[in-house]
Amino acid sequence: MSVENDKILTEVTQNEYKYGFTTSIETELIPKGINEDVVRLISAKKEEPEWMLEFRLKAYRHWLTMKMPKWPHLKLPEIDFQDVIYYAAPRKKPKYDSIDEVDPELIDTFNRLGIPLDEQKHLAGVAVDAVMDSVSVKTTFRETLAELGIIFCSFSEAVKEHPDLVKKYMGSVVPYTDNFFATLNSAVFSDGSFCYIPKGVRCPMELSTYFRINAANTGQFERTLIVASDDSYVSYLEGCTAPMRDENQLHAAIVEIIAHDNAEVKYSTVQNWYPGDKNGKGGIYNFVTKRGICKGDNSKISWTQVETGSAITWKYPSCILKGNNTTSEFYSVAVTNNHQQADTGTKMIHIGKNSKSTIISKGISAGLSQNSYRGLVKVLKSADGARNFTQCDSMLLGDKCGAHTFPYLEIDNESAIIEHEATTSKIGEDQIFYCNQRGLDTENAIGLIINGYAKEVLNKLPMEFAVEAQKLLQISLEGSVG
Amino acid sequence: MTKLETLQHELLDLFTSNKETITGQDAPLLNEFRASAFDDFKRLGIPTKKHENYKYTNLESYLTGPEYSYELAPLNFEVNLDDLFHCDIPELATRIALVLNGFYYKHNRPVDLPEGVILCGLAEASREYPELIKKHYGKYAKAENDSLVALNTMFAQDGVFLYIPKNVVLDTPIQIINIAFSLMDLRITRRNLIIVEDSAQGSVLFCDHTLCGKSFITNSLTEIYVGENTNFDLTRLQNENGNSTQISNTFIHQEGNSNLTTNTLSLHGGLIRNNTYAKLNGENSYNNTYGLFLSDGNQHMSTFTNIHHAKPHCTSDQLVKGILNDTSTGAFNGKIYVDKGAIKTEAYQRNNNILLSKTAKMNTKPQLEIYNDDVKCSHGATIGQLDTNALFYIRSRGIVYEEARHLLMYAFANEVIGKIKLEALRERMIDMVDRRLRGELGACENCKIIHN
Repeated sequence: MSVENDKILTEVTQNEYKYGFTTSIETELIPKGINEDVVRLISAKKEEPEWMLEFRLKAYRHWLTMKMPKWPHLKLPEIDFQDVIYYAAPRKKPKYDSIDEVDPELIDTFNRLGIPLDEQKHLAGVAVDAVMDSVSVKTTFRETLAELGIIFCSFSEAVKEHPDLVKKYMGSVVPYTDNFFATLNSAVFSDGSFCYIPKGVRCPMELSTYFRINAANTGQFERTLIVASDDSYVSYLEGCTAPMRDENQLHAAIVEIIAHDNAEVKYSTVQNWYPGDKNGKGGIYNFVTKRGICKGDNSKISWTQVETGSAITWKYPSCILKGNNTTSEFYSVAVTNNHQQADTGTKMIHIGKNSKSTIISKGISAGLSQNSYRGLVKVLKSADGARNFTQCDSMLLGDKCGAHTFPYLEIDNESAIIEHEATTSKIGEDQIFYCNQRGLDTENAIGLIINGYAKEVLNKLPMEFAVEAQKLLQISLEGSVG
Repeated sequence: MTKLETLQHELLDLFTSNKETITGQDAPLLNEFRASAFDDFKRLGIPTKKHENYKYTNLESYLTGPEYSYELAPLNFEVNLDDLFHCDIPELATRIALVLNGFYYKHNRPVDLPEGVILCGLAEASREYPELIKKHYGKYAKAENDSLVALNTMFAQDGVFLYIPKNVVLDTPIQIINIAFSLMDLRITRRNLIIVEDSAQGSVLFCDHTLCGKSFITNSLTEIYVGENTNFDLTRLQNENGNSTQISNTFIHQEGNSNLTTNTLSLHGGLIRNNTYAKLNGENSYNNTYGLFLSDGNQHMSTFTNIHHAKPHCTSDQLVKGILNDTSTGAFNGKIYVDKGAIKTEAYQRNNNILLSKTAKMNTKPQLEIYNDDVKCSHGATIGQLDTNALFYIRSRGIVYEEARHLLMYAFANEVIGKIKLEALRERMIDMVDRRLRGELGACENCKIIHN
């Protein structure tokens, strides 16, 4: 049986990354490296106001004093930050008024990725902000949303058109001094999405940002800011892919979410950056800071992530439960294969009374990969009646991979109830046998078991994403067993 | 310079200026390790809260305090420990050895041991049994990456040496009473070595006591080697005064088919930090690590474990429970580490804690590091308070609140106490924990312990 499984595993690991094509489009690049002039140049290119430049420079100066973190359970190569291009944009007109003006190459690219920019042809009710390299290409359904008072646009536009909102909320959850990569992002971030849901509005469609790296040697630094006013609701999706290249590319993003009284924000990610080839060559280094704050009472933030891509993932979507009776959820499936490394998890900081958090993390590691869960549950003295439930399971496929769990529980309140449990195991041979017995071949059996294992998380994804994620899981792992 | 850095320099100076006294204690084999340990300690420094393993244990306020003296050679003050100390556990048939301030008590009554079994001071052993010391001393506790091990190795003079030869079954447990007694505040270094050869069996009970209200800082290190087909138990009872600080390192090396259980019961102390490192270095071996701690006042009790599965088919089980009251703080930092080749490993870890007061604080960090797919590993941690439904159930049967609460706490603690293999001790512990939970001091009466 193991010979057969090895064969299947080999087949699976040789599966090509299907989003690995490049688009030949004229790209505007700035010189490599980072210094104050580059920061100023980026700001100038984006025609930003003075206060934005000040913010960037403050961040840049602070970044100079920082060192790359060494604590993750990752083999981090030395990254030469002077060897990265910090800004790349498809040339041509930076702003499009209608779809006809968009470069057909670009439309084609996004069509191939399954992200139609053409609203007419769009079946599902999803509004998309498509970001290629450093700029937002097109935001769909803007007018429909505007009728409800929802602002959904690229970050650069928001800086120009809604400076008060941006000024008020940017950096309020992830300050520019937060960590090495967040600070770098604050200095050089290029674009991203901005979303504001006014009071009492329930966003009628899923909002989505699609990130695409195209240019070589560039880093992508985007920033997303979501503000949900009192009694509002929004479901937000994020997807990402990159071409296959031999060199590693850097991606350092920030996502900030602010939920006011009774607001609910659902944030889902399917992260599928290029993971590198089967020998560990190339791939994206993904260093992302995502954090939400349940600022008002009874607010709710939920993070759902399916992490299948990137050579290195360093990502901890977190939530500060500041208001009373706030709720936060974190659902994660992290899959690593070949030489991928992931150190991912969450932080739940309980400040408000009766705040509740749930963490469900499913790690799957195969090949020569290392997959770690790292999470913090912190209950402050003020958080009477805080409740947390954490479950992190790891599954190992193959005897050369590793799965690790590093939970931190810091409890400073006697009325808190905190539970943590974790298991690590391989696919049960008895489960496979059971499926075989009922006529499923091993490959399908494993697909079934893996999907069942991850179901708890996949169920939390919006429908369109759940289908994609399920397929992705199947591509990444179907048939592999240790 | 921070307080800990100052302390580090003081300790280094103390060593340099008293090198002759320390090395002059007629324990040549122990001296061989001092120079490199000195360098390691100098390089590593005393761990601060920035050190990942000491994230939740702040040594600073405990290690730097009043002016501590250091006993560099056994004090010659004639105190008859037999008069001062009687273990009052009824029907606990043990062979008793006393250790005073880290030095094996000279006037220990000779005990009747099976042939070949050696029980003596470590310094004496290094003179009398150099080949055993050479083979095992410093082999399991590595100073190069742990500064407190380095510190111990630097100053280690004496402690207990126990040797159980091949095929010998030691049916009566050996009880080692570590006494801290001094007229001055004191730093104590204690170093024990236990060797259990193939197919041997034995059990050891450590009792840590302070016989006066002075402040003590104890750096205790025990190395345990268990050979193939062995069965060995180590129970540790920590009951020291509130001014005392104890850092206790246990390094265990297990060969194939061995079965080893450690059970650490921390009843009282200022700061207690128990580090247990076990390496399962042979197939089919079993390791059980149990612990119970009860803290109140502003005590700090911290348990650190690292169970390293190096060979296939081994099983390990960890269970640490804590009840915290007042402003006490607790920490659990446990790790299961499974090597690439260690297939069919089964490793479990559980940490349950009850917070009784608003101001008590518990930090826990149960970790798994697994480099192998053919394993069954799990860990769980809970922090909470007594189950209100259970409380209600008991009270609805006419039992008053305080008693109901006590019953539940007792039941919680009993899971660990129940694992004590020595029956007489178990009975006694039940009583001691019972009294401890009622807020009385669970002291052994005849110990004349002065708690505060």
